[in-house]
Amino acid sequence: MEPEPILWFGWFRADIIAEYAPLFWQGLRMTIGVTVIGITFGALLGLLVGMARLANARHAPARHLTRFLLRWPATVYVSFFRGTPLFVQIMLMHFAVVPLLMNPADGLIVSGELARTLRQDYGALLSGVLALTLNAGAYISEVFRAGIQSIDRGQVEAARSLGLSYRRTMYHVVLPQAFRRMLPPLGNNAIALLKDSSLVSAVGLSELAYAARTVAGAYSRYWEPYLTIAMMYWILTLALAYAVRRLEHRYGRGDTR
Amino acid sequence: MAAAIRVDALTKQFGTLPVLRGVSCEVQPSEVVCVIGPSGSGKSTLLRCLNGLEEATSGRVTALSVPVHDPATDLDALRAEIGMVFQRFNLFPHRTVLQNLILAPVAVRGLAPAEARERAEALLDKVGVLDKRDAWPNQLSGGQQQRVAIARALAMQPKVMLFDEPTSSLDPEMVGEVLAVMQALADEGMTMVVVTHEMGFARRVADRVLFLDEGLLVEEGAPDELFDCPREARTRRFLSKVL
Repeated sequence: MEPEPILWFGWFRADIIAEYAPLFWQGLRMTIGVTVIGITFGALLGLLVGMARLANARHAPARHLTRFLLRWPATVYVSFFRGTPLFVQIMLMHFAVVPLLMNPADGLIVSGELARTLRQDYGALLSGVLALTLNAGAYISEVFRAGIQSIDRGQVEAARSLGLSYRRTMYHVVLPQAFRRMLPPLGNNAIALLKDSSLVSAVGLSELAYAARTVAGAYSRYWEPYLTIAMMYWILTLALAYAVRRLEHRYGRGDTR
Repeated sequence: MAAAIRVDALTKQFGTLPVLRGVSCEVQPSEVVCVIGPSGSGKSTLLRCLNGLEEATSGRVTALSVPVHDPATDLDALRAEIGMVFQRFNLFPHRTVLQNLILAPVAVRGLAPAEARERAEALLDKVGVLDKRDAWPNQLSGGQQQRVAIARALAMQPKVMLFDEPTSSLDPEMVGEVLAVMQALADEGMTMVVVTHEMGFARRVADRVLFLDEGLLVEEGAPDELFDCPREARTRRFLSKVL
């Protein structure tokens, strides 16, 4: 016995959304989770890579080591992940890299039964998060690099001439100032990552876009599921933008330029 | 007594542009040395070589008996003993005045924050900006900022102070207050190297004046000699323009 369809405004089948509410709910949590992990690790990675790209040393051989072991690899990494489509990166990660690293026969990191279960239960999550994090890290490293470079040389010179080491100068003087300038672009990156996480549905991770696809497939109706997730994404990005503005306001004091 | 700073045949090139072309000089403990010369003469570069902010192309700089440009030298430890004051103040804009003074003593010297704070307040009082202790740098006038910058350098209890055109970006009415602080410091026996365009200050406070032109130390001497009867034609030409 088919339940009675609930129509909103005469065309929107709200009962479909209600029926699949748990799936959307689960998808929402997955989307948020993947985004939070991607931003967190992407920011950490971005900080390291951004600093690697700026690394330099006064004297040989450290001077050459920083170039070949830090600057070049970092530059290649950033160039690759910014220069290729995220969709392709996800595919590569899911169907090529992760199977190479973990498979039952001869995984480079994990093999045997563990690899089988991991891939089965968390395969999409793992490769999705990996691809998103690496992608976000590449973009965020550019934000860090630009932020660090935007700080007046005089700030570094003042700190160094007080006897602060490079690391302390970064930690106490450069990064706090750079962070305030990096907030808007970091916010943009977070919003982009949130939206781009929908691409991970292509490898079967059950986030929002995947939920919509499932529902669309079951009912052959498209307005309801996709409009629903569009609204959910929109609310999420608005909330993120609001949070970034609050942060900017809070850390804005004392900045002169 | 060993010289506080000793420079031997120092040269510095930016790319193919020679900025210092073999400068040798000495600064004795408690001596105040002013460096004058036209812009582009290399006086700021010379000063920045003294604490290793600039690499030397060739030659030797020894500060407090430490070879500055030796790769084995712990530059951070040396710089903790050499205060520097910049033309553009370079206060840390994200820290209050007091926090500007406390940072290095706590982070580098490992001073207890309470002690660093006490010392900082005494210094701010000395340079006359104690009432601004909780202000942000951008709320201060240029003269106040530079006095805070001097106090910040002094908070490390340095043995030598370097001044890089400390009054050049100040409004004229604020020059006096900064020079007064520097004069007081000189009177206390601080070893100072001052790159300056303030000829009056150089004449009044310096023990010795160096005249640099086109990367060469053209002439040096007591202020009275150098200002009143310069030996070199280039010195005379420069002085006739600025005096």
